[in-house]
Amino acid sequence: MDSVTLNNISKTYNKKKVLAVDNVSFSVGKGELFGLIGPDGAGKTSIFRMLTTLLLPDEGTASVDGLDIVKDYKTIRSRVGYMPGKFSLYQDLTVEENLNFFATIFDTSIEENYELIKDIYVQIEPFKTRRAGKLSGGMKQKLALCCALIHKPTVLFLDEPTTGVDAVSRKEFWEMLKRLKQQNITILVSTPYMDEATLCDRIALIQSGKILSIDTPEKIVEAYPGKLYAVKSEKMHQLLKDLQAFEFTGSCFAFGEHVHLSFKDDEKDHQPELLNYLEEHGHKHIELQQITPTIEDCFIKLLKS
Amino acid sequence: MRTIRFLLQKEFKQIFRNKALLPLLFVLPIVQLIILPLAADYEIKNISVAIVDHDHSMYSQQLISKIGSSGYFKLAGYETSYANADKLIENDKADLILEIPTGFEKNLVRENQQQVFIAVNAINGVKASLGSAYLNNILMDYNSDLRLQWIRPERYNPAPVIEITSSNWFNPFMNYKFFMVPGILAVLITMIGSYMCALNIVKEKEVGTIEQINVTPIRKIHFILGKLIPFWLIGIFVFTFGLFVIARFIYGIIPLGNILLLYGFLSIYLIALLGFGLLISTYSETQQQAMSIAFFFVMIFMLMSGLFTSIDSMPEWAKTIARCNPVTYFIDVMRMIVLKGSGFKDIRTHFIIITLFAAGINGWAVLNYKKTN
Repeated sequence: MDSVTLNNISKTYNKKKVLAVDNVSFSVGKGELFGLIGPDGAGKTSIFRMLTTLLLPDEGTASVDGLDIVKDYKTIRSRVGYMPGKFSLYQDLTVEENLNFFATIFDTSIEENYELIKDIYVQIEPFKTRRAGKLSGGMKQKLALCCALIHKPTVLFLDEPTTGVDAVSRKEFWEMLKRLKQQNITILVSTPYMDEATLCDRIALIQSGKILSIDTPEKIVEAYPGKLYAVKSEKMHQLLKDLQAFEFTGSCFAFGEHVHLSFKDDEKDHQPELLNYLEEHGHKHIELQQITPTIEDCFIKLLKS
Repeated sequence: MRTIRFLLQKEFKQIFRNKALLPLLFVLPIVQLIILPLAADYEIKNISVAIVDHDHSMYSQQLISKIGSSGYFKLAGYETSYANADKLIENDKADLILEIPTGFEKNLVRENQQQVFIAVNAINGVKASLGSAYLNNILMDYNSDLRLQWIRPERYNPAPVIEITSSNWFNPFMNYKFFMVPGILAVLITMIGSYMCALNIVKEKEVGTIEQINVTPIRKIHFILGKLIPFWLIGIFVFTFGLFVIARFIYGIIPLGNILLLYGFLSIYLIALLGFGLLISTYSETQQQAMSIAFFFVMIFMLMSGLFTSIDSMPEWAKTIARCNPVTYFIDVMRMIVLKGSGFKDIRTHFIIITLFAAGINGWAVLNYKKTN
């Protein structure tokens, strides 16, 4: 059975002037780690807020754990865990008091579900008498995750949990999520970082309230049409300009220290022509190689098509 | 019930950890109760009077010394011309000019009547009107002294005169502190109740903690109660402290009426006020907004409550505002119970009205709270 399903969900703001979520449908299986990937303002938070019963959809139906998000909102609230994008715990209460408070309002105790949060909690336990507001960003994140888990939710919603967290903490965080998955908790996570997409079981790429593609990260990469090349030379700025002017260029954009390039058609190998063209334009130390596309390449491709 | 208990625990922890709010809650009432009544003193002394005596007679001297000995006036100058005295007013050295015309004594003796001229500097309205009233009183007094001297007592007074003497009930010495302190205490409770309550709820919105609370099974009504009860208790505590410690030991005010009745009214009044705070919080997103709205209303509540000025002397439209102001009723009840010892029968209407206020404001606030969340 699917843990979360959305059927044609739409949401508008400002008296229907701003369309935040546009006819979105997808479902997440039980125990799945599902990623909602898209830039800021794509509608990720709106979808999460609807699924956690904080917001009513304008159209469509959705269910969480088999319960309707409008009719059974009370039951849903006692079953899901939600970690908002902004740190939303009591800054003037200590780590332990926060955890205790959220445990008690869910009618449980820290001891009862200690197993579930143990791995995460041991890392912040040395600071348990410190006020939550005085913790570092990564610590806050861990505490928030503990608080969202303390009542043993069946579905966990994490809204941009890694935004504003350093690279090491981000990596740790994803490892924690993988361990949680083994407890058979369905996890929905949203992120603007494309590189985190490959860590999910399945992802939905979302832009302007619309789903562009839903699949496993591997399949999304496989579905990339045509070949992709990475180009590098000494004069990167000039290189991008010249590549844009090249007659067979399909798309090209800067990607780290390379320019990612695809041709208009892949029937003929354009590589030698391109090399000649670049040398004519005075580029030296040219590197050109075919690469496997990343999720970001796929996202940009989907945006353009 | 269990949920409310935990919410209250959390709330009190937060209140007692708030280093900015806590002193405000407890120190502010004490300081204000000690300082404010001094500022609200309506008895005016040391009114500077300039005298222009054109007569230089025995009677004019008598009048002047009578004014000097009244205790309210201070002789600012003894001038020879009105123009000179006027200069004193211009330089803010005198508040009043009393001009005694030439032939004051003569006319008084011969024609049995005389007029004097009083000019008042009306920039400070209260001082001016009180000063001229005092001076009038003295003149009248002086007048009757003269009559006693002059008119031979007859068997029947040919011109019947009604003389008014008054006695001040419930506050025999007209000690302004006796009626100001209970009033100021009422206003303080109002400020604490509405500000603190509104700010506290909006803080959860501003910080975002309300998001986290909303996805838990906590019911809205529990959450609201968890917010209101602590401030209800704090309100009662501050009131008790103000009435039984400061009012009693500093001002010597001992409530005449039934204390239980007073607390009964206070309880309902606080519910109304906290509802008002809740209402403000449903309309604002940030603490700054809440503070500004609360400030606006509390200011009006305070000035239109009959604390400083009598409601009876306000124009009709202002009276209507005063009647829609819960603070008016609380100040009234405070003064009635504390000074007059009124019983339940006397303040029954107040009770009914404040209960309606409490029900109305809270109902509106809860409805609006549900709608916006």
